[in-house]
Amino acid sequence: MALKMVKGSIDRMFDKNLQDLVRGIRNHKEDEAKYISQCIDEIKQELKQDNIAVKANAVCKLTYLQMLGYDISWAAFNIIEVMSASKFTFKRIGYLAASQSFHEGTDVIMLTTNQIRKDLSSPSQYDTGVALTGLSCFVTPDLARDLANDIMTLMSHTKPYIRKKAVLIMYKVFLKYPESLRPAFPRLKEKLEDPDPGVQSAAVNVICELARRNPKNYLSLAPLFFKLMTSSTNNWVLIKIIKLFGALTPLEPRLGKKLIEPLTNLIHSTSAMSLLYECVNTVIAVLISLSSGMPNHSASIQLCVQKLRILIEDSDQNLKYLGLLAMSKILKTHPKSVQSHKDLILQCLDDKDESIRLRALDLLYGMVSKKNLMEIVKKLMTHVDKAEGTTYRDELLTKIIDICSQSNYQYITNFEWYISILVELTRLEGTRHGHLIAAQMLDVAIRVKAIRKFAVSQMSALLDSAHLLASSTQRNGICEVLYAAAWICGEFSEHLQEPHHTLEAMLRPKVTTLPGHIQAVYVQNVVKLYANILQQKEQAGEAEGAQAVTQLMVDRLPQFVQSADLEVQERASCILQLVKHIQKLQAKDVPVAEEVSTLFAGELNPVAPKAQKKVPVPEGLDLDAWINEPLSDSESEDERPRAVFHEEEQRRPKHRPSEADEEELARRREARKQEQANNPFYIKSSPSPQKRYQDAPGVEHIPVVQIDLSVPLKVPGLPMSDQYVKLEEERRHRQKLEKDKRRKKRKEKEKKGKRRHSSLPTESDEDIAPAQQVDIVTEEMPENALPSDEDDKDPNDPYRALDIDLDKPLADSEKLPIQKHRNAETSKSPEKDVPVVEKKSKKPKKKEKKHKEKERDKEKKKQKEKKAEDLDFWLSTTPPPAPAPAPAPSTHECEDAKTEAQDEEDNAEGQDQDKKSPKHKKKKHKKEKEERTKGKKKSKKQPLGSEEAEAAGEPVQNGAAEEEPLPPESSYSLLAENSYVKMTCDIRGSLQEDSQVTVAIVLENRSSSILKGMELSVLDSLNARMARPQGSSVHDGVPVPFQLPPGVSNEAQYVFTIQSIVMAQKLKGTLSFIAKNDEGATHEKLDFRLHFSCSSYLTTTPCYSDAFAKLLESGDLSMSSVKVDGIRMSFQNLLAKICFHHHFSVVERVDSCASMYSRSIQGHHVCLLVKKGENSVSVDGKCSDSTLLSNLLEEMKATLAKC
Amino acid sequence: MIQAILVFNNHGKPRLVRFYQRFPEEIQQQIVRETFHLVLKRDDNICNFLEGGSLIGGSDYKLIYRHYATLYFVFCVDSSESELGILDLIQVFVETLDKCFENVCELDLIFHMDKKFPALPEGKIQGANARELQMSEVHSAQICRHIFLLDSALLTE
Repeated sequence: MALKMVKGSIDRMFDKNLQDLVRGIRNHKEDEAKYISQCIDEIKQELKQDNIAVKANAVCKLTYLQMLGYDISWAAFNIIEVMSASKFTFKRIGYLAASQSFHEGTDVIMLTTNQIRKDLSSPSQYDTGVALTGLSCFVTPDLARDLANDIMTLMSHTKPYIRKKAVLIMYKVFLKYPESLRPAFPRLKEKLEDPDPGVQSAAVNVICELARRNPKNYLSLAPLFFKLMTSSTNNWVLIKIIKLFGALTPLEPRLGKKLIEPLTNLIHSTSAMSLLYECVNTVIAVLISLSSGMPNHSASIQLCVQKLRILIEDSDQNLKYLGLLAMSKILKTHPKSVQSHKDLILQCLDDKDESIRLRALDLLYGMVSKKNLMEIVKKLMTHVDKAEGTTYRDELLTKIIDICSQSNYQYITNFEWYISILVELTRLEGTRHGHLIAAQMLDVAIRVKAIRKFAVSQMSALLDSAHLLASSTQRNGICEVLYAAAWICGEFSEHLQEPHHTLEAMLRPKVTTLPGHIQAVYVQNVVKLYANILQQKEQAGEAEGAQAVTQLMVDRLPQFVQSADLEVQERASCILQLVKHIQKLQAKDVPVAEEVSTLFAGELNPVAPKAQKKVPVPEGLDLDAWINEPLSDSESEDERPRAVFHEEEQRRPKHRPSEADEEELARRREARKQEQANNPFYIKSSPSPQKRYQDAPGVEHIPVVQIDLSVPLKVPGLPMSDQYVKLEEERRHRQKLEKDKRRKKRKEKEKKGKRRHSSLPTESDEDIAPAQQVDIVTEEMPENALPSDEDDKDPNDPYRALDIDLDKPLADSEKLPIQKHRNAETSKSPEKDVPVVEKKSKKPKKKEKKHKEKERDKEKKKQKEKKAEDLDFWLSTTPPPAPAPAPAPSTHECEDAKTEAQDEEDNAEGQDQDKKSPKHKKKKHKKEKEERTKGKKKSKKQPLGSEEAEAAGEPVQNGAAEEEPLPPESSYSLLAENSYVKMTCDIRGSLQEDSQVTVAIVLENRSSSILKGMELSVLDSLNARMARPQGSSVHDGVPVPFQLPPGVSNEAQYVFTIQSIVMAQKLKGTLSFIAKNDEGATHEKLDFRLHFSCSSYLTTTPCYSDAFAKLLESGDLSMSSVKVDGIRMSFQNLLAKICFHHHFSVVERVDSCASMYSRSIQGHHVCLLVKKGENSVSVDGKCSDSTLLSNLLEEMKATLAKC
Repeated sequence: MIQAILVFNNHGKPRLVRFYQRFPEEIQQQIVRETFHLVLKRDDNICNFLEGGSLIGGSDYKLIYRHYATLYFVFCVDSSESELGILDLIQVFVETLDKCFENVCELDLIFHMDKKFPALPEGKIQGANARELQMSEVHSAQICRHIFLLDSALLTE
């Protein structure tokens, strides 16, 4: 064996360690991959050895290689081996490797469950810590389910270090195992008020993270967080809470009102930029949620904007960026306040930092008005020219389009200008957004009728220069523009000046190099153009000209017929045959133009993208039902009854009514328009289907401002948008002069038409009338479109599972799965099992919870309402009344009225005063419960003080923990002290093992020397012995695993095994240490006595009243009692003391009488009935062991005597 | 929440890579590479935030980085983190490393890779949440104490 060890360590000398590996990789820069694969082979050899040190070293190297991108999943099993090493150094390496490489797909991960559980309950906090850290990275649903309870136990660990980690990892557990959220939440909530700031902030973080995903479930925590916010000085916690409030306010506007003031104060007072920024952010969120009907907050907005301006003006780029980011949030609701800082934002556009420029661009979107749109876009266009890097340029391009097209082109006064801007944008090389420009061109040309002529001329110019575009920019998306150009030229060919010229341009051979879908559009629109030309020629009587055009078509179309694109091919061959046919007819001198143009007769109107989806299914229509009778096809549409026709017309806007009773129709239309105008939910539809009947005052016939004739309608070559800016300025000037006249006119217009701008007046823009008629044809929508339903949440969202109502009381079934120990006793009697199962899944001290449990069935609904009321109450703007004692019959009741738990009891007890006797209670427990709830209901009806008391109690309940002042106590008691060191200790029953207690000893260095080499030696007794490392004898000291620099304290834990727990006992021990300072080192000793009281063998175990009653009824418990006089302390505090010092939990409390329960580490049940008289307290106890009980009562007497 | 912590040098060599969300090794390397190219382009005097984009979790994520001498420290965080807070955090992290290694330099990170990982999880970030690390100065001392304790724990074993 020894030989093997020696051999192992010699081998190790020749192994590479991590440093060697790193060095080696650096020395093999040329053939790194080869070197590493060689190393991996070595590592594989090392992993085969038995020596754990070698393995750990190998795993350590693997972890490094993993970081470099090498897959190490093949070593998963070895990693687990290293994780289970007993030595911390190795264990840590194992956990690190696991956290880096394990994931849900790792199949060996299930082997780790027990190892992790063992480490979690290890007496060394470092083992626990490293296990928690590792687990957080690779926790799987299975691990989460199996370990949830262990982790939850750790949340109440004595060490903040562990508590903190446990709290944090609970978040991961919740994510993987959502069922654990509800049972664990009360304890998590408790941690919000942990004395250690680290733990507190961890809890805040976890809850914030949870609440961010499902804010509505956490609204009830708002008061608690509010309290934290106003009391905490930790900026990090504040930031988190403030961010959380930002998420909560949209759900509860009243919360926002409450927040504004403290937030504003913080904004004024804080010097931390990060806090300031988050405050501003949340204030903005509040203002957004309040945006309707809260006029008084303009001051807050001003404050925010002011502060943001300071940020933006700061030389720190980070602040500038964040300032702009926050500004864009304000913009959505309060554009005016941002607009005043236009100068600053335009300045940011010139910033050298791209991120900042992009943010500034976002802001521009909301800053434009009719007045400044042209100016801003001009500026952007210069940026487009200057911009290097296509991403930024593309961003600029989309922004220009966004800005111009926002809210239905609201700010565009001159569409000629806009079209020319679009045309200018087509000169951009390498943009990906050709389709965007194309879509805009189409949209504008279709929806703004007055601009069509101009658009067509521009588009034909574009088509003309298409060879340019096609050849140089084939590789990118700009040729998409030609799609729009071709379509516009074809569709509105009647506006073309030289259609023949355009036709030829579209039939150029170069066109065949364009993408298929564009060619298809070309082919289709060529025919439209052709039809138009044909008609012109025939009307002019130029038969030869017409034939020449046909010939041109016949000559050129075959190039498309050969296209590889199916669509192009199909259309082209179809059309080619058609044209050939026309040619034949033309040869016979038959006039064809009329017929050809009917092919394209009628107008296409824009249809809203969602229109189809929104057509509601008419009542009575069953889409799945079999249609037996086909509709009689002989009937033509206009022969149908009027009513049917009318409906048809609405539902199918494209439908073209033929000659009908025009007057009647016009009348109906008027009536409908009237109705629509009065109906706020009506989405305006275009008047298109009835084009022919519009001799009544319709859209076309409003006296329009003629397009300024000084604008040349056909700009030779590509237009420059700048000239429109100038022209527009002139026009505006002229407009100003004619203002009065114009106003009159406009009024007239508004009276008649349903002009879009008339419904969207912006005061500042009022004096600028648009140059073109902004007769934007709104998109067609079915008459009774359904309101848009938002997209559902992503069903794969992992946070969705955490959308759990946390206010609902816990049900019995909601427990964390617990591994049960092999406990002989538990198997004996099933009813004794109950407390074990309940163990830890419920919080012991929350009486509130218990009440909920009790009344769960009947009061569930009420409870919920009450919660809501609580929040309402807290949110109501009147200051909450101080939780003053309500008028109550007896003095002690009055005293207790403050605590919410008591409130409910009071109400119940008002009716059942005489039901206090314990025996009575024991027998008729269930009955009593019923009566109590009944009693409660009754008392609710009585408009007595009790209700007030409840109301007063409620804010406390939510504002949490304004309990009666109980002096802060520590469970740590003084063990011994001298000038060097102070020892305090706490003894806890271990939940993991029977008959074991953990003694946590805190050592505090009070001297100026370093304390090292500390050893603890304890003289074992027959009954109690210390768990020592293997191989050490009873007389050896156990080392303390740390050193203590001056002023530092640390905790060490030791496990003791106890044989019999019925008696208290004392163990003698000595702490020896070396105190080292500048003058030298001295050996010192400190004697102490460990006192194991009977109470220290008890573990706080919650118990339900029904289980408790069963236990008492079972009758195999012995009884004893004790009475203490002269007690002045309130009952509430008394109970708290018993709970704290003797590890009991309150089962039920009725007025000044309470039943309590606890359980020893060896499974003894201890039941207490505590009664308070005038000046005395009597404690009756029942326990499965009489000696234990009497000892316990003696201890309790001592405690109570101190009260 | 912090999604990932990346430390790499001016040449894009990873020095510390910690993902709090599972990505296969190739993707991890790809993310490191992409991030490196994103940050490399940026001057030192422009802002330290980058919109994450397609990189890790979509538009909710931001890259927040700092550049120290030869090393880039990049944190990928979502919108629940305070941007300025994370910047401070990086500072605290670097200070912690500095205390651990006494005048930390890239070589320390290269050769003591096993030590700096504990500096991360032990001292601060746990379970993908940059939480207690956000304890600022008060806690930076505490963090160091943890590391100190850790070292002493190592020594005594």
